[in-house]
Amino acid sequence: MAAGLLTGLVVFVLASFVGFEVINKVPPTLHTPLMSGANAISGIAVVGALLIAGTQDLNLTVILGLIAVVLATINVVGGFLVTDRMLQMFKKKGA
Amino acid sequence: MLTTAWLSSGIEITYLVAASLFIVGLKRLSSPATARQGNQIAAAGMFVAIVATLLNQSVLNYQMLLVGIVIGSLVGAIAAQKVAMTAMPQMVGIFNGLGGAASALIAVGEFWRVLSTTGTAPIDATLVTILGVFIGGVTFTGSLMAFAKLQGIMTGSPITFPFQQPFNIFILVSFLVGSGYLLVHPEQTFVFLGLVAISLLLGVLFVLPIGGADTPVVISLLNSYSGLAASAAGFILMNNMLIIAGALVGASGLILTQIMCKAMNRSLANVLFSAFGSDGGTAIAAGGDQGDRVVRSVEPEEGAMMLGYARSVVIVPGYGMAVAQAQHSVRELADQLDRLGVTVKYAIHPVAGRMPGHMNVLLAEANVPYDQLCDMDDINPEFERTDVALVIGANDVVNPAARENTSSPIYGMPILDVDRAHNTIVIKRGMSAGFAGIENDLFFKEHTMMMFGSAKDVVAKLVAEVKQLS
Repeated sequence: MAAGLLTGLVVFVLASFVGFEVINKVPPTLHTPLMSGANAISGIAVVGALLIAGTQDLNLTVILGLIAVVLATINVVGGFLVTDRMLQMFKKKGA
Repeated sequence: MLTTAWLSSGIEITYLVAASLFIVGLKRLSSPATARQGNQIAAAGMFVAIVATLLNQSVLNYQMLLVGIVIGSLVGAIAAQKVAMTAMPQMVGIFNGLGGAASALIAVGEFWRVLSTTGTAPIDATLVTILGVFIGGVTFTGSLMAFAKLQGIMTGSPITFPFQQPFNIFILVSFLVGSGYLLVHPEQTFVFLGLVAISLLLGVLFVLPIGGADTPVVISLLNSYSGLAASAAGFILMNNMLIIAGALVGASGLILTQIMCKAMNRSLANVLFSAFGSDGGTAIAAGGDQGDRVVRSVEPEEGAMMLGYARSVVIVPGYGMAVAQAQHSVRELADQLDRLGVTVKYAIHPVAGRMPGHMNVLLAEANVPYDQLCDMDDINPEFERTDVALVIGANDVVNPAARENTSSPIYGMPILDVDRAHNTIVIKRGMSAGFAGIENDLFFKEHTMMMFGSAKDVVAKLVAEVKQLS
């Protein structure tokens, strides 16, 4: 298990660096859509929620997992849709 | 047996694809031309990840899961459709909170499962659970607080109480002590529940002393936390894709937080702990000499003449424009000026409004092309050649004291140099001080004219007057 933790840490640190590099030069115009798009991605917790809520029997874990599925799905669906709605409005002159 | 192995490798590879789609999506989100596509790519990544997860052999409870997904999708879709663009800061705030809550629930649920099946939990599992509960809990209640403040359910001013800092430290120390105890005795559920409660309390305490104009920092920081919470959930479930996606969001939120802090020339610690502007409303005399200073106010008629006969006008929007929902009238004014041959540009301060990029979204909603919006560094050298700078509901971000008065609390903060324009018109509801609680020297300058009233009314009057010019 400790080895798994270490691998996870490696993945986490490398992914953080990728994040910094990829997002570093975002123009101020896109700050809000970037934030709400990133926020929708953080709804990836839905995957974790599905995994713990997936077992057949009904116990506390499954109940908490199901609540988490609902909350995270709101986050994912709402986040991506509202970002799209915003980005639709961003137009260049004459476009 | 063989199919099982194939299936689980297939799921892992699909996760890798999803993670790559997130990275490509975020990359595209950083340029206006490709941003919409980037968001769709990220959404596709999410879809792929969810489908792959449902194929996992330990996932059996389909009916219930689908009910959950459908409810969540409906609520999310309706919220995204209905929300007004002016309410976007609250919306992002509440979404951050939901992500955090989901991650915290995963942490609690998984810990419960491990405890109830084995009676105890290994030390590393307990450690990541504590992390998940802490980050997720703080994100959840912190975001709810930010939402309540933005929505006007509670006061937007900083809330302080005696011994606030010692109390916060005491709470934090109890959390650390409790965590240490739980690592040794993971079966003590009451200690665990105590840690959950403290995490939720800390989220409240963390946002309590932060005031309205500092919300861009808090929202970005909570955005970062919501990512870290997802990462923590990934550590708990040993799922690399959760770790990667969470880390990406954590990094993006942190970058925005940094940009916001820099735009206010304050450190993150200062924003979080100083309860800045808690004297808000009671104007502190910056120089103490404002007693005999006079402000000049003008009528819309005269203002319209100045604007209509100018060669160049720079519009500086602030939170006041958002509150009055004046963005459409502002656009109309710009159209009328354009008709008269006036060059119109917009100057956007990075922390104008209540979230990063707030003004840009509102103006985009009013169909202002994004290439007319100028960043602070690009527009500042141009003010000297600008005939009229029109400040609409902005205050601290145009206060020259930040440049000139070393004793001012906002000294050193980068500002828009509207006072360098030939003339400056300020639309404002009254003479009250800005968020920082200080007088604005700009209002007393020789070339400054004030137009008092709600941004929407005043701009509408200006539009009517400008229409009569030919």
